[in-house]
Amino acid sequence: MAEQMNVVITGHVDHGKSTVIGRLMADTGSLPDGKLDQVKALCQRTSKPFEYAFLLDALKDEQSQGITIDAARVFFKTRKRHYIIIDAPGHIEFLKNMVTGAARAEAAFLCIDANEGIQENSRRHGYLLSMLGVRQICVLVNKMDLVHYDMRVYKTVVRKFSRFLRGINLREVPFIPVSGMQGDNIVSPSEAMPWWKGHTVLSLIDTFRKESAPLDLPLRLPVQDVYKFTALGDDRRIIAGTVAAGTLRKGDELVFYPSGKKSHVAAIENFPEGTMESAAAGMSAGFTLSEQIYVKRGDLAVRTGEKKPQTGNLMRVNLFWLGREALRRDKDYFLKVGTERVRMRLVDTNKVIDASSLNSDGMKKMVERHDVADCVIAVQRPIAFDLVEDFPQTSRFVIIDGYEIAGGGIIREVLRDKNAEYRDRVMNRNLKWDMGNITRFSRSERYGHKSALVLVGGPEDKRKIAFAKTIEEKLFESDIKVYYLGIESMMAGLDSDMAIKRDGISPDDRDEMIRRLAELSNIFVDAGIVMVAAVPNLSWEEQETILTSISPVQVITIWIGCSGDSSVNTDYVIENPEYSEKDMEAAMEMILNKGISL
Amino acid sequence: MDQLTQLESLSIHILREAYANFRNLCMLWSIGKDSTVLLWLARKAFYGHVPFPLVHIDTHFKIPEMIKYRDRLTREWKLPMLYGENKAALNTKQTFPDGNADRITCCRLLKAEALKNTLNGKWPRYRFNHKAGKYQVDENTEAFTGVIVGVRSDEEGSRSKERYFSPRDGENSWDVGDQPPEFWNQFKTDFAPGTHVRVHPLLDWTETNIWEYIERESIPTVSLYYDQGSGRRYRSLGCGPCTHPVESTAKNVREIIEELQSGKFANIAERSGRAQDKEDGGGLETLRREGYM
Repeated sequence: MAEQMNVVITGHVDHGKSTVIGRLMADTGSLPDGKLDQVKALCQRTSKPFEYAFLLDALKDEQSQGITIDAARVFFKTRKRHYIIIDAPGHIEFLKNMVTGAARAEAAFLCIDANEGIQENSRRHGYLLSMLGVRQICVLVNKMDLVHYDMRVYKTVVRKFSRFLRGINLREVPFIPVSGMQGDNIVSPSEAMPWWKGHTVLSLIDTFRKESAPLDLPLRLPVQDVYKFTALGDDRRIIAGTVAAGTLRKGDELVFYPSGKKSHVAAIENFPEGTMESAAAGMSAGFTLSEQIYVKRGDLAVRTGEKKPQTGNLMRVNLFWLGREALRRDKDYFLKVGTERVRMRLVDTNKVIDASSLNSDGMKKMVERHDVADCVIAVQRPIAFDLVEDFPQTSRFVIIDGYEIAGGGIIREVLRDKNAEYRDRVMNRNLKWDMGNITRFSRSERYGHKSALVLVGGPEDKRKIAFAKTIEEKLFESDIKVYYLGIESMMAGLDSDMAIKRDGISPDDRDEMIRRLAELSNIFVDAGIVMVAAVPNLSWEEQETILTSISPVQVITIWIGCSGDSSVNTDYVIENPEYSEKDMEAAMEMILNKGISL
Repeated sequence: MDQLTQLESLSIHILREAYANFRNLCMLWSIGKDSTVLLWLARKAFYGHVPFPLVHIDTHFKIPEMIKYRDRLTREWKLPMLYGENKAALNTKQTFPDGNADRITCCRLLKAEALKNTLNGKWPRYRFNHKAGKYQVDENTEAFTGVIVGVRSDEEGSRSKERYFSPRDGENSWDVGDQPPEFWNQFKTDFAPGTHVRVHPLLDWTETNIWEYIERESIPTVSLYYDQGSGRRYRSLGCGPCTHPVESTAKNVREIIEELQSGKFANIAERSGRAQDKEDGGGLETLRREGYM
């Protein structure tokens, strides 16, 4: 089977990308029979001079504007391999389409008009290609016919643009002088440029190296989903995901981050029959585990003993912004990295760079459309990822604003936050956990429901406790294994060693009490029980400590009373502390149907 | 990794992303080779199961073998099968074969309209009841928010601009000029109420890839694709009155692949046997914006 490669063609608007591709297709006989005649006939009908670019401009609105608005794909082959040529738009309005086209390329051509010279998007596209991870680039100095095939014009472009490329760490980039319109140096050497002894576009394309799949690297497998089609008569619990790096093998001991829980690969499943011994980088795999642990979408599977991924919720990143509205600090976003999706906020902007000139503005505190920035972001709960220098695949993220992908970037550094130390302890605890022979899944099946922690938060108020106790009662009536744990009981028992002063609890003691509550909750939920606990003045950090401890088991947070200045993430808010029966029903409905149903 | 495995892996990845992100998901099955490959990929992605309904838009002018084949696989593979139709247009004979509509109008009524109202649940859907062995009106009338479709970018011009995850508004319209960015295998899985997302796992496949994969995986296909002795076969399937067989003696998958690679079809567009494509310059694209597959 022939090798396949995606090559993108980029550059400033009107610098002749579509013409170069059209010419490449036509001169190598890569067009379907009749296509060329069909387009020529259409041009004749509409009294337009024929252009090679029209071959690609299949859409009505695109032809009427005369510019490429989206990344179109055409298929092309040489004796060496099959190519998908992606025509990326050069107009700034369509930068998101350029990114879409370029991100799936393994190599790129960047077109610069010899007559017009280097333009804003010549530089911007160069910068984005480097950030998107496209390392093989060839610059086509196009429209040489318009400058009378003058070698000096060509050399000037080469000198100026090479300097720019070196500035963004792209070295030894080849250049070719071409004319898409006249067909010079596209498929055959140009007679008009006898001074050029180098490659044509056609001969150069085969020199792009096929990046070998990262098979020898440590394993990285973002968990995409966990399948159990019991209703369809299938009892296998299959962990599904695409191998991002390395090779997954039967018998491997895996650690799932950020929880740090471990288990062995029992079998790598296959369809229609049998199992496989291994699954290499790039493959969509699915496997069962020997020890049943709780794994969820967003976890990152790594082999024991290999380089650990990073875990954390505060990181330094490089990003580019495509959204109509600027990225700003006072707004919630979602971050998607691998298969993980988590709420995110911009914490700080270190540097905002205008990608077209590489001028930076250290004062700008937001990231506007088409800007590139170095900034710090925080996510709501700790997630697992890698740094770009270790594993580019698992360091890449996108940011969702509303319903849209509004930006993308790479993670450069993980920053320590308040909970970092506790996270390490939990990971260590999970690695050492000595599990009995009954798994959490067997318990869920026997009990008829999943376990969960129902946290009732809010201002200090006795009615919160009454609410929690009623929830316990109602769940018990619905045959749920449930337990109400009072904070008072904790203080009198587990926490009796701690100095509790008459005038309140010191912050350090409070942290330790929350940690103990988190550890105790972990044992309860591991035992298959729904635990209900009311915590007065629950803070965002405390909620995170609890989430860290029992992850990935569900925590359902209900807030009673004024939630105005609280940053706690709630599943249900009852503003009026004199809660009604309706509120109670809604809370029950949520716990039963969304939280703990099998 | 060879090219087919590479294509297969990305398609499976996309199917799994769709399943993980959309609560009301379905897959369109046209009975043709492409969407049948898609169905096979779904069974591969979910290890023998298809965890969402398959939807077929029945124009009632389909070549009869297609419907027989659909119901045979539905039974054998225990598929969650649904079909929808434009009952009003059929009852009042507003169709091209009845002489009351031109080809494009007929396509719009029997396919685009039927599809829109089947997906949004406004018209009845018929679900195959495996116990009873027949189709019955489905009680579930919820709108589908994710629709998996087997289009390929090499089929015709407008399709080469598609995204893997492509948003549509309430009228099924496709805004070609303003599509979401899509990179690093991160797709548009967030959508506003009243809109839905089309998912295209086969975008990167070519016609040859499809046949090579059918050969490699031994996927059952409709007999209409093969010459049964008449020297003619169908290259693309659709409604009887508007789809014509091509002159070809390819009797099996291997012979079709050879014909595509070096034979007489190497440079002829696949849909050349589809009459509606030729009706007007951008007829198909106009229909496509309105939801036609």
